[in-house]
Amino acid sequence: MPKRKKSSKTDAAQKGWAKRLLRLKVNGEIKEVATETSKTLLEVLREDLNLTGTKHGCELGECGTCTVLINGDAVLSCLVLGVESEDAEIVTVEGLMRDSQPHPLQRAFADLGATQCGYCIPGILLTAKVLLDKNPHPTRDEVREALSGNLCRCTGYTKILEAVELAARGEEGQ
Amino acid sequence: MLRLPEFNYIRAKSLKQAGRLLADLGPEAMAVAGGTDVYPKMKRGQFTPRHLVSLRFLSELRGIRPGTKDGMWIGAGETLTAVSQNPAVNKLFPALAHAAGSVSTPQLRNVGTIGGNVFVDTRCNYYDQTFFWRQAAGFCMKKDGDICLVAPKSKMCLAVFSSDTAPVLVSLGAVATFSGPNGLRRVLFDECYRDDGINFLTKQSNEVLQGISIPRPAFGQRNVYLKLRRRGSFDFPVLGVAAAMQFNPKGVCLSSKIVLTAVASAPVVVDEAAHLLEGKTVTRDAIEAAAEAAAKVSHPVDNADLDYWYRKRMTKVYVKRALAELAGIQLELEKGAVKPRQI
Ligand SMILES: Cc1cc2nc3c(=O)[nH]c(=O)nc-3n(C[C@H](O)[C@H](O)[C@H](O)COP(=O)(O)OP(=O)(O)OC[C@H]3O[C@@H](n4cnc5c(N)ncnc54)[C@H](O)[C@@H]3O)c2cc1C
Ligand code: FES
Ligand code: FES
Repeated sequence: MPKRKKSSKTDAAQKGWAKRLLRLKVNGEIKEVATETSKTLLEVLREDLNLTGTKHGCELGECGTCTVLINGDAVLSCLVLGVESEDAEIVTVEGLMRDSQPHPLQRAFADLGATQCGYCIPGILLTAKVLLDKNPHPTRDEVREALSGNLCRCTGYTKILEAVELAARGEEGQ
Repeated sequence: MLRLPEFNYIRAKSLKQAGRLLADLGPEAMAVAGGTDVYPKMKRGQFTPRHLVSLRFLSELRGIRPGTKDGMWIGAGETLTAVSQNPAVNKLFPALAHAAGSVSTPQLRNVGTIGGNVFVDTRCNYYDQTFFWRQAAGFCMKKDGDICLVAPKSKMCLAVFSSDTAPVLVSLGAVATFSGPNGLRRVLFDECYRDDGINFLTKQSNEVLQGISIPRPAFGQRNVYLKLRRRGSFDFPVLGVAAAMQFNPKGVCLSSKIVLTAVASAPVVVDEAAHLLEGKTVTRDAIEAAAEAAAKVSHPVDNADLDYWYRKRMTKVYVKRALAELAGIQLELEKGAVKPRQI
């Protein structure tokens, strides 16, 4: 019966799998980190850069909670390698704040109580941010389509859709 | 946690170099473009390459050019988002725009490429599982085992061909341009696949798809793609119907091609249906007969989401809907059917 190759850090060191020095631009700051080539961007962000706002769900591209922005597009950080993200502008949920103030979307989600356990929310905020940047006044169907890859097990989605619309109208925090 | 196993990551500098690397490194090497099929499969131990040759940054695989002498050119490295939102693709080949836009989720389409989509691995309930699950249930012949767990007497693997864009490209008579050790090779998409769940591609493993040419549509040509899946938001197809038809101004069908996906280990061309329609005015009865013929050659097995008999029954329904849409005929809804949400 085949045995699955175990790959722990020590294994990697013993076999001589190279660590690589990555230069990543995350939330406007250049970060350098020496890490395994096989690490996904999600793992690099959480484990090497301590940016644990990006959540770690299915790891197989099915839930959307690991969404980050790469050069302005929403992508799944569990399916992109750290080495593939060099030379790109990466934005995580930690980078949403402006001048220590929450992003309008964050305020709208708080206003409406659109988050319950909160696990899906970082991915949803970033996906919604791209939508509003490109299309400031989306219809309900456009919001639904944009968020179709972000699963939420708690809210039933209605409040999430309403919160994105509230932020689009600029009526949050009132 | 599902981590990637260790591997060598090599960023190819040119298309030629990618082909050479794949040839030199042999069966232990694999090409990766967007990685949205490759990485999950490596995490689950279904793919075990030692070397990954990345095509991700190759500018030679980029570009969508509508007006080339062979029709429209689509670089293999274009993302599914780019293909589905391209105005020329939407105008000339709405079926392709819809198919590309119906793959998975917006985030995945921002990274997943059309080149990766036409070669996406075949799927099966017994194969698309973690290593731990497969070890517990017993391995199947597609990876690590020697029998087919769906049909233990079958000599062949029955994993399902599940690409959304490939059936559309077959229906449109598209041509693949491969770059390999012997230079460029052009081959019809129709000839790129074979009905074998393991060796479902006819290309060599060191051939890299450079791009896709779709012949300019003839006057009066229309095309459509309909996809059946469990969730409206995102899911692999459990049935897909691509149809392209050319009509003369009097509404007579001059040519037609109907292609099914997710009912075998390769796209299935319904030749019989085409013969039933060509040279005729497309009426409800003609559509009924063609749909019946399509259902006859649709043989889903019990290895994907939703019951296989339901998927077979839906072949007829979806082919009917696709042809009616092309012919501009309003169908009465089947008895007891719910009006479908367009997905
Ligand atoms: C949650 C989820 C849902 C999905 N849903 C769908 C769906 O609904 N429909 C669907 O069709 N697919 C679906 N997929 C599968 C996959 O994401 C897509 O098919 C995607 O288009 C693959 O493209 P990629 O660039 O990421 O391919 P990769 O993963 O990089 O490669 C896939 C295969 O193609 C080969 N390849 C890639 N580019 C080339 C090239 N230029 N030349 C030669 N070989 C090449 C690779 O070697 C590999 O064998 C889904 C995947 C996930 C994780
Ligand atoms: S953790 Fe990336 S999609 Fe679920
Ligand atoms: S708030 Fe709990 S998963 Fe969305």
